Amino acid sequence: MAEYRLLTKDFGTDGLQTIDVYERCGGYEGLRKALRSLTPDEVVSEVKTSGVRGRGGAGFPTGMKWSFLPKDVHPRYLCVNADESEPGCFKDRALIDENPHQLIEGTLIAAYAIQAPIAFIYIRGEYHDQRLLLERCVEEARAAGYIGRGILGSDFSCDVIVHGGAGAYICGEETALIDSLEGLRGQPRLKPPFPAVKGLYGKPTVVNNVETLSNLPHIVLRGGAWFASVGTEKSTGTRLFCCSGHINRPGTYEVALGTPIRELLEEECRGVWKGRSLKAFQPGGGSMQVLLPEHLDLPLDMDVVAKAGSALGAGAMVFMDETTCMVDVSMRLVDFYQHESCGKCAPCREGTYFEADLMHRLERGELTTAELTTLSDICDNMNGKCFCPLGDTATWFVMSAYQAFHDEFEEHCGAGGCPVKRRNRELVPAAGGDRG
Amino acid sequence: MNVLTPETRAEIERQRDRYPQARSAVLPSLWAVQHQLGYLSPEGMAEVAELLWLTPSEVEAVASFYSMYFDRPGGRHHVLVCINVSCALRGADEIVSHLEGRLGCPSGGTTADGEFTWEQTVECLGACGGAPAMQVDHHFQENLTPERVDAILDEVRAAPASEPHGPSLWHRIAVRLRKAGR
Ligand SMILES: Cc1cc2nc3c(=O)[nH]c(=O)nc-3n(C[C@H](O)[C@H](O)[C@H](O)COP(=O)(O)O)c2cc1C
Ligand code: FES
Repeated sequence: MAEYRLLTKDFGTDGLQTIDVYERCGGYEGLRKALRSLTPDEVVSEVKTSGVRGRGGAGFPTGMKWSFLPKDVHPRYLCVNADESEPGCFKDRALIDENPHQLIEGTLIAAYAIQAPIAFIYIRGEYHDQRLLLERCVEEARAAGYIGRGILGSDFSCDVIVHGGAGAYICGEETALIDSLEGLRGQPRLKPPFPAVKGLYGKPTVVNNVETLSNLPHIVLRGGAWFASVGTEKSTGTRLFCCSGHINRPGTYEVALGTPIRELLEEECRGVWKGRSLKAFQPGGGSMQVLLPEHLDLPLDMDVVAKAGSALGAGAMVFMDETTCMVDVSMRLVDFYQHESCGKCAPCREGTYFEADLMHRLERGELTTAELTTLSDICDNMNGKCFCPLGDTATWFVMSAYQAFHDEFEEHCGAGGCPVKRRNRELVPAAGGDRG
Repeated sequence: MNVLTPETRAEIERQRDRYPQARSAVLPSLWAVQHQLGYLSPEGMAEVAELLWLTPSEVEAVASFYSMYFDRPGGRHHVLVCINVSCALRGADEIVSHLEGRLGCPSGGTTADGEFTWEQTVECLGACGGAPAMQVDHHFQENLTPERVDAILDEVRAAPASEPHGPSLWHRIAVRLRKAGR
């Protein structure tokens, strides 16, 4: 089995969402150990030793991020990024649904390490039931003395506030998240200053992903060195990969980093569905570049996948079988970015609009070959020129798909319809849809 | 005359006092208004502004940024269907056309009897492992087929007005789908 269960080890235990069961599984022991026998600086150094890198997309070393906080400036704040809206991504939801107290414990450990008196959990609006669950769990933890004044008899006090978003992908970007939390339109801020220096309410702030924080109880309990022994040298620990698309068993699977992608696909996802072959996959969610079957033997290692021209991003693996139209997929992603562009900068606001218009006409087979060049030009004028990465990433999948499936894009030009879907209909004449 | 009930106003004040700065309570307050009115009316937003010591235009500017707030009244239930990649790969388009036929109105519309407002969305809902997926009144419904959609809509329609979001409704739906072997 490719699976390595660390964060998911107790998933499925009856009642794990209640504090009693979580404690029976060893829960809150990490927080207890941190408060009783480690100084905040020792926690930071343990996390540095672990080598854990952010699971929210950028992969920045967590311990290092914490150490950017200016000395002796207080108060500081911790923001938990539970905005999870990357297309293809659903691991943070699983971590909250299945083991909410693990996240709360990790949040409190991080708050202790950076000495934050308040931690905010920013959860996307669509995760309504998950927000209610977290709110209930926070109250349970408060009643048990893990949240509030003088936690477990120490002199550390911390409150946890669960804050619901209202439908905006951009609020996952850390500075937009902060704006949104301040009660504003969620638009990104200019960096520097980075949130570590000037963040929420102008105070030093750390933003960390749900999965990043869910690792902390394990790092504190078993030690940073142990954690670093799992995975590869620069991609330590495990990750939850959200597997979806044309596979036999979609779901989230936790594997040690370094596991070959093929093992994840064959063993956990049980291979491509309907006995078909793989055409392409996206290793990091909607923002990341397309990879091909020849990349299946790459290890799930952030730097190796980056070298291959894509990224593990937020850990979403979308698999596409041989019948998939890459123009259709690109069009949907471009639609997404157009819808989610916050409107702050022109290249993204206007660029995604043009991109979407061109992609819709291409998918309908109405574009000319010359206009296809316009698509590249527009993407060129966006990539690296937008205010925040949303606009840049709005070009990555399309451009990589255009490169890898050049003929398929050209074939759409003037075709008066989608040639791939036409072929599929001829292949499977009777079947209307493409359901499993 | 206040349009918000004393309970809603109290909830907004409770939210306001949770945060280091009152303004942070804008989003939760707007949720409270939408919970009561079903949408954000100008009068409701003006009351939020008054309670959070802001101007109405500041509150409206925030409200218009976020896609989950409604600027007009809709049906008793809200259905949101994902058409992003993972769902599309597993038949989201078929679900969309089924809903359109079954509810008799295009995406964004409300049924003649006022029961449902439905829309398709390019926003991935975070349910790609159970694609194709939708949310009904913020609650996930996954691994959809046209038959499952029908069963869900029937059950939701039959739910008493007093309890549109209740957990027992979702439980009934789950039981019904299991019995039907879907
Ligand atoms: C457009 C955009 C959307 C993002 N969405 C998320 C998100 O939903 N969840 C998340 O944890 N990080 C997201 N990020 C990354 C955050 O900005 C930030 O790097 C991350 O929360 C830091 O946490 P980590 O270091 O623990 O990964 C997004 C970034 C961008 C540019
Ligand atoms: S693509 Fe539909 S829920 Fe993610």
